[in-house]
Amino acid sequence: MVTSNYSSEEVYDLIAGIPDPEIPVITIKDLGILRGVTLVDDTYVVTITPTYTACPAMGMIEDQIKEILSAHHIPKVKVELTYEPAWTTDWLTQEAKLKLKNYGIAPPSHSSCSKLFTVADKVICPRCNSTHTELISRFGSTACKALYKCDDCKETFDYFKCH
Amino acid sequence: MNTQEATYKYALRLGDSALVLGHRLSELCSKGPILEEDLALTNISLDMIGRTQALLKYACELEMQGKTEDDLAYRRSENHYYNYLMTEQPNGDFAHTIARQLFISVFEYLFYTELEKSKDATLAAIATKTLKEIKYHMQHSVEWTIRLGDGTAESHKRMQTAINDLWMYTGEFFEMDHLDMFLLHQHIAVDTHPLKAKWQDYIKTALTEATLIMPIDSYMQTGSKKGIHSENLGHILSEMQYLQRAYPDAKW
Repeated sequence: MVTSNYSSEEVYDLIAGIPDPEIPVITIKDLGILRGVTLVDDTYVVTITPTYTACPAMGMIEDQIKEILSAHHIPKVKVELTYEPAWTTDWLTQEAKLKLKNYGIAPPSHSSCSKLFTVADKVICPRCNSTHTELISRFGSTACKALYKCDDCKETFDYFKCH
Repeated sequence: MNTQEATYKYALRLGDSALVLGHRLSELCSKGPILEEDLALTNISLDMIGRTQALLKYACELEMQGKTEDDLAYRRSENHYYNYLMTEQPNGDFAHTIARQLFISVFEYLFYTELEKSKDATLAAIATKTLKEIKYHMQHSVEWTIRLGDGTAESHKRMQTAINDLWMYTGEFFEMDHLDMFLLHQHIAVDTHPLKAKWQDYIKTALTEATLIMPIDSYMQTGSKKGIHSENLGHILSEMQYLQRAYPDAKW
């Protein structure tokens, strides 16, 4: 079989660079969506986890994984969705956070939130680095973001919520 | 009834509540009172549909009939749906939407916190995942309850009316039937009886801050665990299931 030409690690590397469909500056590896690849008999089992339960990007990510691997003549691929362990913004690397900031999205300000009834902690404007920012809406253009505005540069911006 | 059959039904009930509320909230898409609320309500709807997908998919695995979550969503009639009656209540004015959200999200916060400890690993994992989202829903509904209750005379009146109108659907949250008890003994289901006092505390705190009066328990509506519903569910399903009924097996 051709599949034996690739180790699970090599398959992982082939797909690690797939960009997130909604935030294309970061990859599914950066985000922590790609959990791992294992070889079961002659099938590569790719495990992914959604950021939010209903993340609409999952179908597209699955298609892209299959497309890339089929281009490398790896026919037997199974993409499995797991909820365990639950995705958290703690998995974002420092590098990924910097990429988000440069893209104009304020990265999560600290580790995952478990508190109730608190207004999110100080969010820094990704454009002018001001801390004078204000929450406009807890729910933004995608499930993982909230909408903020900067009181100094007056720009509105997305904030990647702690999760 | 064995454990697997009971767990199937349990997952189905939870999935149905998420599905029907998700559909109700999706009706507000492009009709929210302000743009930010349009986004918020449809985001919450999306979270609900995501949770539905996870729960109904698990139900299919337990049922072992080769069905998909879409089959369960689109091919059952109302007497085979087990969602809480609260979830099918109409959106009404914004106060009614918020009151429904307040009652449900506080209950779900308490419920899924307990379900996280379930001996059923899949249900526990779904609970952990969905709980992160529920906290946002709860925060959202509590803030709006306070804002409307402690707002203008008109918003106060409407919020109080909504709280009073929907109160009779809150009793169902804390019912335990034979299926719940059977699974509770196996440490799979949540015991909802002790949640009632906690739920009342949270609601009372929110209502007090909102200068609203907490209703006194009187007649409580019931029936959803047996598949008995208000007229609303039929109308919801006729819209939600239209495509699969008109064009069976249609694919995206």
